[in-house]
Amino acid sequence: MDMQVAKKKLGLKERYAVMTRGLDWTPSYQKMEDIYPYIAYEGIKIHDWDKWEDPFRLTMDAYWKYQAEKERKLYAIIDAFNQNNGHLNVTDARYINTIKLFISGISPLEYVAHRGFAHAGRAFPGPGPRVACLMQSLDEIRHAQTQVHSISNYNKYYNGMHDFHQAHDRVWFLSVPKSFFDDAITAGPFEFMVSIGFSFEYVLTNLLFVPFVSGAAYNGDMGTMTFGFSAQSDEARHMTLGLEVIKFILEQDPANVPIVQRWIDKWTWRGYRVLTLVAMMMDYMLPKRTMSWKEAWEVYFEENGGALFKDLARYGIKMPKCAEQIALEKDHLSHQAWSTFYNYAAAANFHTWMPDEDEMAWLAAKYPASFDKHYRPRYEFWREQAAKGNRFYNKTLPMLCQTCQIPMIFTEPGDATKICYREVDYKGDKYHFCSDHCKEIFEHEPEKYVQAWLPVHQIYQGNCFPEGTDPTVEGFDPLAAVLEYYKLEHGRDNLDFDVSEDKKNFAEWRGQATKNI
Amino acid sequence: MSTVFLALQTNEDTRPIIEAILQDNPGAVVDEQPAMVKINADGRLVVRRETIEELIGRDYDLQELQVNMITMSGNLDQTDDEITLFWKS
Ligand SMILES: [Fe+2]
Ligand SMILES: [Fe+2]
Repeated sequence: MDMQVAKKKLGLKERYAVMTRGLDWTPSYQKMEDIYPYIAYEGIKIHDWDKWEDPFRLTMDAYWKYQAEKERKLYAIIDAFNQNNGHLNVTDARYINTIKLFISGISPLEYVAHRGFAHAGRAFPGPGPRVACLMQSLDEIRHAQTQVHSISNYNKYYNGMHDFHQAHDRVWFLSVPKSFFDDAITAGPFEFMVSIGFSFEYVLTNLLFVPFVSGAAYNGDMGTMTFGFSAQSDEARHMTLGLEVIKFILEQDPANVPIVQRWIDKWTWRGYRVLTLVAMMMDYMLPKRTMSWKEAWEVYFEENGGALFKDLARYGIKMPKCAEQIALEKDHLSHQAWSTFYNYAAAANFHTWMPDEDEMAWLAAKYPASFDKHYRPRYEFWREQAAKGNRFYNKTLPMLCQTCQIPMIFTEPGDATKICYREVDYKGDKYHFCSDHCKEIFEHEPEKYVQAWLPVHQIYQGNCFPEGTDPTVEGFDPLAAVLEYYKLEHGRDNLDFDVSEDKKNFAEWRGQATKNI
Repeated sequence: MSTVFLALQTNEDTRPIIEAILQDNPGAVVDEQPAMVKINADGRLVVRRETIEELIGRDYDLQELQVNMITMSGNLDQTDDEITLFWKS
């Protein structure tokens, strides 16, 4: 009989084994250490790469199928959004500044993540992590591209987004997210996986995406909500990979535990400092708030991260000690950040403003221990000054932290009236830090962090002016030259929201959309 | 026991899936947020293929859930029949 009996399809576990480990081979004419040169120097010991298993057991064939489905859904919605002038449905034009922050601060990181995972995947001798890194690398370039595509519609109508990549490379505060990721991709492959895969994706990603995405949903921005969700659907897999990496490394050898603990401590703090931008976005930039930064931290870090570290305790891993300081800062972080951006609105690629009365009441209710006492008086003063025509634009450049590159704006843990300064002398130079944690990170790897490209130092050294600028001519205006170098137009891309073209245009266009003129 | 959770997009695909999850996990609590449904459970949450198939009236591959997932918490294990989220401690 030659009747064909349909062969039973392989089960998920077997399919995964065949499509990952089954595709691997042992090299015979090259030495393993020549093919994988970066695998030993960090001190991590791996005895059996086959112990790695993706809990989703996703294989490349299934990956393409589901990713294609996500893209189809996403682009259908982006088209509908653009065709219907969706940008006019957002709560108010202030909201668009969160998009400017996103495209110049976050999207370029997606691209660097793509490179980082490609590099890490290449470095690992095990087929399991290699396949998982390949998928994440592809996800990340998809995130960069879909974000650029969805936000390009806003760029047709609003200012400040025209050259986001240049902004990312040059604008002073964007060196915070940029240097964070540069720090990660210049580490070894294991540290990269712990920094981005675990600390950022597992521990902190919910604080980045969930507020941005539900913030977009709350504020009528269907375009951003959709790319956010589309990216976020990959995120569940990234989080799983991040957790799996940690468990795998810890289970392989007890000597790995202290190395991993140091990385977790470092990268939780590094990531948290970057999230300062998200904190201020949540508390100040969304016209319709979702939850406060403090609430988000409590739900997604204290509760959820608490559960995670309880689970990891069986390997000897502890909650990073910076969590104590973060808890003390949660009443202050967003207010100190917004105050700084309010000050430096002349040198940024988005607009800032003072919260109105209702918003101040919301802030006071969410931050009863700090807002009325420390921040409201400051805002009321600035608002009065602005009403008198003295809107304050700070033109003095701030001192930056050598590690996180954030201006030294943070106060002492437990004392909101005193700025926190730390310093270290190293090989005849003095280095400044915003906190004990940034200082400790520097002290452990000084040769790495002395190389930091600090925007303020670079401006003072004359490296942030357009080519051919002569700073010695009479009447030289350094801010104007720096803005030109940033490719930002003074009076258009920067300054207070109140005097912005965005505000004026949005009001006019919305009027046209709702009335017969 | 610590909380595990799974967050899904709110749409027509996920409506029966959420219903199935609630059937299979009596202690689970639904938290509806803008455009997102978060399902919290104490220590363990199971998504069962068969229950979903009964509700949607067609074959279902649990990997389809990839398209609508937003975020999660806990260790994960996926087979042909189940996705399990759990904490060991
Ligand atoms: Fe991403
Ligand atoms: Fe710092």
